[in-house]
Amino acid sequence: MCLAIPMKIIKINEDRAIVEIGGNQREVGLQLIGDVRVNDYVIVHAGFAIQKLDEKEANETLALLREIENLS
Amino acid sequence: MEVCGTHTMAIARYGIRGLLPDTIHLLSGPGCPVCVTPHHLIDHAVALARRNDVIIATFGDMIKVPGSTSSLEAERARGHAVQVVSSTLDALKIADTTPDKKIVFIGVGFETTIPTVAVSLVEARTHHVNNYYVLCAHKVIPPALDALSQGDVAIDGYICPGHVSTIIGYECYESIVKQYGIGCVISGFEPLDILQTIQSLVSQKKNNKPAFENQYTRAVKPEGNPQARSVIHTVFEPEDSEWRGLGILPMSGLKIRPEFQSWDAAAQIPVDIEPTVEPAGCLCGDVLQGKVKPFECSLFGRACNPDHPVGACMVSSEGTCAAYYRYNIRS
Repeated sequence: MCLAIPMKIIKINEDRAIVEIGGNQREVGLQLIGDVRVNDYVIVHAGFAIQKLDEKEANETLALLREIENLS
Repeated sequence: MEVCGTHTMAIARYGIRGLLPDTIHLLSGPGCPVCVTPHHLIDHAVALARRNDVIIATFGDMIKVPGSTSSLEAERARGHAVQVVSSTLDALKIADTTPDKKIVFIGVGFETTIPTVAVSLVEARTHHVNNYYVLCAHKVIPPALDALSQGDVAIDGYICPGHVSTIIGYECYESIVKQYGIGCVISGFEPLDILQTIQSLVSQKKNNKPAFENQYTRAVKPEGNPQARSVIHTVFEPEDSEWRGLGILPMSGLKIRPEFQSWDAAAQIPVDIEPTVEPAGCLCGDVLQGKVKPFECSLFGRACNPDHPVGACMVSSEGTCAAYYRYNIRS
């Protein structure tokens, strides 16, 4: 299952982090990514952070998607 | 064709087919790892569940999948220990707190999930959690793309999996484009992501210029996640593997390396597995290749429905038949 959701890191403790989305918090493993900091957004799958969400790319994609919306 | 169960569900949920002109056909491929797992694995998990010294730990979408005569849910109803977990880290915790039992995690999933299982085996070895085991049935996506591209369903473009790609990066798709001239676009999961991806693939087809593109740049890097791939390589090695619908694909499955054999459920916990029986009339194999739509199966919505699934495609949360049933796609 590909299901994975972006969540914000609010606390790091060695190889674990507390992440949050919409007021819900959970603990995830950081064993699969390096170089993350508090306030970074990560993609979480099956209890692990698997990739850092690139804010610049996210904003660019959102801008492109808004363009498509405006065309309709 | 999409090859990701989450895309299959998203496309159905957001009614994407209904927005497209008749000239564009979306096919659902073998994107659901539960659905492409042969019955034999379920029968193996059931046999393990029946041992009184075993606790099965599994993701939720596995428990209702029918094996030849039973399912993990049925075994749980009979009083056997089957625990749904959302992470291998939870399964490790169970192993820690029940030292007198063997905790067997059912390892089904593609590259998004595989690294998480690999980490659990590394942790088990490092912290000497010797009652934790994995029943490994993992498969990897690139050989399936090869098989589909060589198969007899004409495919003009692939909507490539979003989160598998966060792990594997761009390389295998660039290969597919080069070898088969079929466009590959990695897609996010929001409706506009998917529409933008389809628009790219249609544009490529119109200009006869198949290419690789990444629509999901916010999550997928060209190199993927090398750290995740490294831990997969540490724990697992490739082997030939049987995919429901596609047959045996070379080097498309993973097995646990000898260094981690002490945590390999298949090697360490002997069970008698009943002979595999395929359900009569089930067309999961053809559905998984995009050859048949779910509503073209005579069992769909009748003998086979979410309450009483015959095949994995109906029961898995990301199965093609489940998506078509839930969102009432009948044509």
